[in-house]
Amino acid sequence: MAGERPMSKPLLIVGGTVVDPAAKRDGRFDVLIEDGLIADVHPSLKALDGVDVIDAKGKLVLPGFVDLHVHFRQPGREDKETIETGSQAAARGGFTAVCPMPNTDPVVDHGGAVEWVTHEARRVGLVDVHPIGALTKGQHGQELTDFGELFDAGCAALSDDGKPLINPLLMRRALEYSKVFGRPVIQHAEDPSLSAGGVIHEGVVSTTLGLRGIPAESEATIVARDLALVALTGGWLHVAHVSCAESVELIRHAKRQGAHVTCEVTPHHLALTHEAVEGFRTEAKVNPPLRGDDDRLALIEGLKDGTIDCIATDHAPHTDWEKDADFDTAPFGISGLETAFGVCVTTLIEAGHLSWGQLVQSLSINPSRIAGINGHGLVKGQPANLTLVDPKATWIVDPKQFVSKGTNTPFAGARLSGRVVKTIRQGTVIG
Amino acid sequence: MPDTAVIAPEAVQTAQWTKKDLLGLRELSADEIRLLLATAESFREISLRPIKKVPALRGKTVVNLFFEPSTRTRTSFELAAKRLSADILNIAASTSSMTKGETILDTIKNLEALKVDIIVIRHAAAGVPQMIARHARASVINAGDGAHEHPTQALLDLLTIQEKKGRIEGLQVTILGDLAHSRVARSNIWGLTKLGAPVTVCGPPTLMPAQMEQLGVTVTFDVNEAIRHADVLMLLRIQHERQEVTLVPSLREYRLRYGIDRDRLKFAKPDVLIMHPGPINRGVEIDSSVADGPHSVILDQVTNGVAVRMAALYLVAGASNGGGAADE
Repeated sequence: MAGERPMSKPLLIVGGTVVDPAAKRDGRFDVLIEDGLIADVHPSLKALDGVDVIDAKGKLVLPGFVDLHVHFRQPGREDKETIETGSQAAARGGFTAVCPMPNTDPVVDHGGAVEWVTHEARRVGLVDVHPIGALTKGQHGQELTDFGELFDAGCAALSDDGKPLINPLLMRRALEYSKVFGRPVIQHAEDPSLSAGGVIHEGVVSTTLGLRGIPAESEATIVARDLALVALTGGWLHVAHVSCAESVELIRHAKRQGAHVTCEVTPHHLALTHEAVEGFRTEAKVNPPLRGDDDRLALIEGLKDGTIDCIATDHAPHTDWEKDADFDTAPFGISGLETAFGVCVTTLIEAGHLSWGQLVQSLSINPSRIAGINGHGLVKGQPANLTLVDPKATWIVDPKQFVSKGTNTPFAGARLSGRVVKTIRQGTVIG
Repeated sequence: MPDTAVIAPEAVQTAQWTKKDLLGLRELSADEIRLLLATAESFREISLRPIKKVPALRGKTVVNLFFEPSTRTRTSFELAAKRLSADILNIAASTSSMTKGETILDTIKNLEALKVDIIVIRHAAAGVPQMIARHARASVINAGDGAHEHPTQALLDLLTIQEKKGRIEGLQVTILGDLAHSRVARSNIWGLTKLGAPVTVCGPPTLMPAQMEQLGVTVTFDVNEAIRHADVLMLLRIQHERQEVTLVPSLREYRLRYGIDRDRLKFAKPDVLIMHPGPINRGVEIDSSVADGPHSVILDQVTNGVAVRMAALYLVAGASNGGGAADE
């Protein structure tokens, strides 16, 4: 869905360090962009007349980040976010492509709705938008949507995200039928009878605060069931926002058995635990909930050994007045696009868990493959989608500076390392 | 003795109290809890006078903002405020504009515009007093929030134990019943453990919250064992109005397994104190023979409630006075 290529001046990025594991590059390279495409990647390129030059000395030049999981709220809740403000937040966060979830009002469950979203995204013209279509009509979990129509309209995958698909027969059929299209079924894994009324991870913090807990098993039991259905059907399951050690272990085991399963983790589940809720902080209320430190470390371990394929924000903007409610009433969700990179660098690179190559794999290469984006990477002839970052810059998160309408973040006031300097999509600087 | 001596008794140094709000016992130090208890003890005598009133909070406005039905706690706060000469306003959720879709914070902003000094709040959702305290200039006293805390109830329990046993430190206290839904249990656990009384909790596993032992208590599911060593036995109400069906098979089953009657009391120490925050379910968690029996101090708890709430109102009013002066 590249859209029309803008005719812009050639652009030369000089002096930066290119990290692109897909192209097996990790070192000093200059990048020349012409007509929105990568024209050359070379250790030393000369700037000719009429070429705009970006000095990337001390910066990393990375393939653009891809977010498999965002909520742009449009149509329906334009007071929380729009495709325009969401795209701006994505560009600011270093993302060149995003996949908005279909739980809008109305639900994106037919081709016309998909076309409306992509049309609006093109009008905005910032990041590439690859919508996720609903798995069931109205996300009611009763009847499958017309998968073919949704994929023809440009969907990257299908999901009832926000809600799990509970009916095991429907899940079986979804995994079976989607095989024709070679695209994943994304499951929000949660058994609603085990999580009913829950607002926080079930553990010592829920006990102390007297809040209803959501046990890790409400996720793990659905993951286990879905993996059994993957074995039965040979379909492709992608597990959204994995949050607990049990799920990581189940997916690791299934991958060893050769199951076609991929999964994602959010920056906040990698960085925070349920202790962030102390003081009844609704900005840390998110579903799945922030869990214990053992879970957090298991998620990092899963990312390191490849059990977890990618990092996705689950960007979930809300209005202040909704979040300024009591803990039971406040909605779940964290506005994540503009802090994702800094949180990842601080939590994963600075703490020595991941190499830059591994982080790029998780934020860019792997999610682009799962979303089915062709030609992603800093390779001659590919669309020039790239992100310049300052790996050493430190900054303090100030939600008032967000371009997203959602200022709901548990990272307000946090000092983060690693900052996005420029985001370039198809040769144009967008953020 | 002149009234002024009672308003600022020598044993009580209000200067030690610096908190604008009373939200829970978890965030209080042992000294702050002792100060509340000492203040309450000195106020207890006022309720025994023929004229039960001192001018300590004259000119202050207290709002009882109750989003959940309550008779005991609400009337106890009301009497406490009146005996300290404060003006008190009672607002019940059913008559408030909350039912018209106003948010809690909007309600609070309106109350603040009316220049109230102290907001006493009860709410079914845990954390509401904390949220209000963050936004309000007025002092906030938590009168029970969800299953989180009910600090004045625990303080009146502590005062009753101290009155009857002469001490708190070193006493073995067992809390028996529905721990999962009990704010009284949580506040008591913080208060008792901070003052050096070891706590055992007991109840059906389905009513025991996750990782309870990390709160510094001993967990057992064996009732007789839980009773045997107890100097104080606190029974909790089975809150069947809050419960889904899956937690205990039936009230009859609960009574047979966990209810305290005269037979089960034979396992207890001869001088055990029986406490209950009320309202009691006769014939469920407590048999009438025990509720009305010689070990029961349930009505002493109610009496001490007024003194404890006078202390809470008095101390937070003093703290916010200081704070207000500093602001101006």
